[in-house]
Amino acid sequence: MSKEPVAVVGIGQTKHVAARRDVSIAGLVREAARRALDDAELTWADIDAVVIGKAPDFFEGVMMPELYLADALGAVGKPLLRVHTAGSVGGSTALVAAGLIAARVHGTVLTCAFEKQSESNAMWGLSLPIPFQQPLLAGAGGFFAPHVRAYMRRSGAPDTIGSLVAYKDRRNALKNPFAHLHEHDITLEKVQSSPMLWDPIRYSETCPSSDGACAMVLTDRAGAARAPRPPAWMHGGAMRSEPTLFAGKDAVSPRAGKDCAADVYRQARITDPRREIDAVEMYVPFSWYEPMWLENLGFADEGEGWKLTEAGVTELDGDLPVNMSGGVLSSNPIGASGMIRFAEAALQVRGQAGEHQVEGVRRALGHAYGGGSQFFAMWLVGAEPPST
Amino acid sequence: MPEVLRAPLVVEFPFTRSLGPVQSAFLTGLRERVVLGVRTTDGRVLVPPVEYDPVTADELRDLVEVAPTGTVTTWAWNPHPRPGQPLATPFAWVLVRLDGADTSLLHVLDAPGPDSVRTGMRVRVRWAATRTGAITDIACFDPYGGAPAQPSGSTGEFADPVTGIVTPARLDYTYTPGRAQSAYLDALAEHRTVGERCPQCRKVYVPPRGACPTCGVATTEQVEVGPRGTVTTFCIVNIKARNLDIEVPYVYAHIALDGAGLALHGRIAGIPYDQVRMGLRVEPVWTEGARHPDHYRPTGEPDADYDTYRELL
Amino acid sequence: MTREIAVVAFAQTDHRRSTDDLSEVEMLMPVLHEVLDRTGLRTADIGFTCSGSSDYLAGRAFSFTLALDGVGAWPPISESHVEMDGAWALYEAWTKLLTGDADTALVYAYGKSSPGSLRDVLTRQLDPYYVAPLWPDSVALAALQAQALIDAHETDEPALAAVAARSRATDNPHAQLRGPVPHGDYVVRPLRTGDCPPIGDGAAAVILAAGDRARELCERPAWIRGIDHRIEPHSLGVRDLTDSPSTRLAAEKAGAFERPVDTAELHAPFTAQEIVLRKALRLDDTVRVNPSGGALAANPVMAAGLIRLGEAAAAIHRGEADRALAHATSGPCLQQNLVAVLEGDPR
Repeated sequence: MSKEPVAVVGIGQTKHVAARRDVSIAGLVREAARRALDDAELTWADIDAVVIGKAPDFFEGVMMPELYLADALGAVGKPLLRVHTAGSVGGSTALVAAGLIAARVHGTVLTCAFEKQSESNAMWGLSLPIPFQQPLLAGAGGFFAPHVRAYMRRSGAPDTIGSLVAYKDRRNALKNPFAHLHEHDITLEKVQSSPMLWDPIRYSETCPSSDGACAMVLTDRAGAARAPRPPAWMHGGAMRSEPTLFAGKDAVSPRAGKDCAADVYRQARITDPRREIDAVEMYVPFSWYEPMWLENLGFADEGEGWKLTEAGVTELDGDLPVNMSGGVLSSNPIGASGMIRFAEAALQVRGQAGEHQVEGVRRALGHAYGGGSQFFAMWLVGAEPPST
Repeated sequence: MPEVLRAPLVVEFPFTRSLGPVQSAFLTGLRERVVLGVRTTDGRVLVPPVEYDPVTADELRDLVEVAPTGTVTTWAWNPHPRPGQPLATPFAWVLVRLDGADTSLLHVLDAPGPDSVRTGMRVRVRWAATRTGAITDIACFDPYGGAPAQPSGSTGEFADPVTGIVTPARLDYTYTPGRAQSAYLDALAEHRTVGERCPQCRKVYVPPRGACPTCGVATTEQVEVGPRGTVTTFCIVNIKARNLDIEVPYVYAHIALDGAGLALHGRIAGIPYDQVRMGLRVEPVWTEGARHPDHYRPTGEPDADYDTYRELL
Repeated sequence: MTREIAVVAFAQTDHRRSTDDLSEVEMLMPVLHEVLDRTGLRTADIGFTCSGSSDYLAGRAFSFTLALDGVGAWPPISESHVEMDGAWALYEAWTKLLTGDADTALVYAYGKSSPGSLRDVLTRQLDPYYVAPLWPDSVALAALQAQALIDAHETDEPALAAVAARSRATDNPHAQLRGPVPHGDYVVRPLRTGDCPPIGDGAAAVILAAGDRARELCERPAWIRGIDHRIEPHSLGVRDLTDSPSTRLAAEKAGAFERPVDTAELHAPFTAQEIVLRKALRLDDTVRVNPSGGALAANPVMAAGLIRLGEAAAAIHRGEADRALAHATSGPCLQQNLVAVLEGDPR
């Protein structure tokens, strides 16, 4: 028995900002969900099940907040699942929702992800004072910066690459009304002269802390046939995990990421991702992760990813646009960030991305990762239904 | 077995919660001694008012005032009040359907004892002396013998509405690190770094976490590593971390101790920060009374060759 | 036609008040090894892994990433995690097997309630604006539900005590509370200590397999004939606490009412909740309810629901049951409920 094809027929997100002081947690998630339903021209009654994801509960100080959110999400009387796979959770959540349709358990599923970081402070949530442990010596960026240095050493990349990525993503964000950072006066010089926080990572090369939510309506073939706008079709999706820290771990290009991408490409029958994929939304919380993931995802050979960035290939008008939306560097509601990547990939193949639409995108990759570069979730969506 | 290590872990934060329109109106109303409900599209009145209809999922905005008197729909006698609960003396938890409402509000009832509480009894709001716009502006309910009180005629519109609340939350835990970590910490107290070897892949884990994460089996054989090691990679921290009394800039490094299968993290000192490099050989510097090395300093040995540590990056 | 999927192995820890000598992964790992050993599988043979746990129990963010160390996720594995009871992890794994993407799945759950004050920790599950600031603890909420049942003449205190005594009369060697247990004083009236679950630490693991793979791995697989879960409104004040419509609906969708079951494993942490569930599930006295002792004998939070599924399956594996119902719950006063119907092949 083959799987039921999965289509994205509704997408919604909030305007990501540092603090959404005008809404409750429910109001924030609801806003994205409502927009996704409106996009699909569906009502709450059309939804068979809800799958929700977010990062650690400590961020909002609500344990298993989906219990409280059931009413706002129209989930009463329905199945409601809550996923948590660290930073990759937005992607994993969408994949769990897609699985319900692929398995023919449900016809139409609402999936959403959120973070309301302004309720607390992410660094507090991430560094609870666990006794006996060495205090975290370096903050969030300090955790990743040594891996960036390892990448630079390994690839021989010039130290300007990170700034190029940040400059590109922040300019792309200007074309995305939902992006958190809209730095209208951005220049490459400004990025390059911003303070070096965790050398080799500059302030401008780090992501903001955002309140935001994202939602999608996923449906089966019959649902897609009724959709008012072109659907995005899922051609492949996979999750891979490896341990946080272990002897032999490649933190620069984790095998879990490579394996995950390989699985997605196999499902989508892609043999040359660089040629066959038209656009990528990848999870880049620090700018240097763009070249690192370009290699990890098979778009460039090992040590060569930075050359694509340097040559402008990943620009909005480049040959392989990356993070057309402005990416995580421009909006980071942590739990939702992965789903935003998935949703933005879907928007591109639907031709619905507005000002940051890339002409003629037929296949796009959405990518999310989390934990100690250990949890990966990806999907590949296309403008055409998958061939069976 | 050595004594189990344990220490208190306090998880505490004053969460700042924005309210949205309905919750803002309700909590502002409480501040003004007015109880608001919300009317659903099919005419039910929900108290406390919620933003979204639990039955239809409709967005609800039609606020309506109800009385501060009502009827207990169920109760439970709490002989031992717990920290944070509204009353410090024994009380009843109650669900109260206020006059004019179709649903019940959870709060507490101040009563002399369980024999004076029953389902169906009439109660009335006791307002807190100082009110800020919070559910605790209702101090509790009191038994009440009179007729249903009349709503004040409030429009539900208030000057200076409460748009956010701060909800402090503190949870107290007792942290115990478990067998492998305890052994590691005990050895650290003697300034020795002791990892554990995986019986299958033979890699040495420092600190040990009880399991070899790639083989999924318990690590058991204790192996002392270091004290010297190699800086595999690092960053220069230029931003002062909260609660951390270290002058910036400083170097935060991954250090592979000799004999260890992976790097641990530490600060490098005793060398100008801009002279730290991958491959630098270092050793721990201990300070009196600290459980972990304060930092690592150069040993003066020649740098390690990249190929000797590239697998540990 | 849908794929046949079965529980082929189940293991659980000996549940204890405290496992302060063990980290979470040290507590969990033996049950992972037990289900793998029982089926002869290695981690690399498993097609999908899914777990359930809660950061709030542990008092630290991303606690599930540490537990993953016990799985041996190398080479990398296809894996997911729900911040829910492990019963819902099993549900996710079941859907994964249905798609045909995997033929076997490892499901696990663990919870250490001993580090924190569970009654206080669970208050953080409640509406953060109107309810959590009052710190109503889990026993208080369950007591409101029990009183509603007493008022409705659906039970009384002696009947609740009988539920407690029957549950703890179990011969389950993993139980934390077993044998004659004094019914005790009121914790929150009308609930006495005996009406409340023991607080403790524990873990459980299950292996699922599809079709012929299940038959290879287990002499008598416990086939999942149906599984469904539903949620109710969050606020207690809008619910009828004497009923569980979400349980009834899940049971209906899972096919529980098509034919009688002989055994039921109900996740009712408080005695009065068994009364509610029996009614919703239409269980009469011919059904063996909670031969394992249920959550009143051991209640490792986040694993107790998965354990109900595991116990129901194990009864089928042992030939003690032919058609069993398993139930799991989450949230205050049975807000969210999952029902599965498991069957063994005819003997």
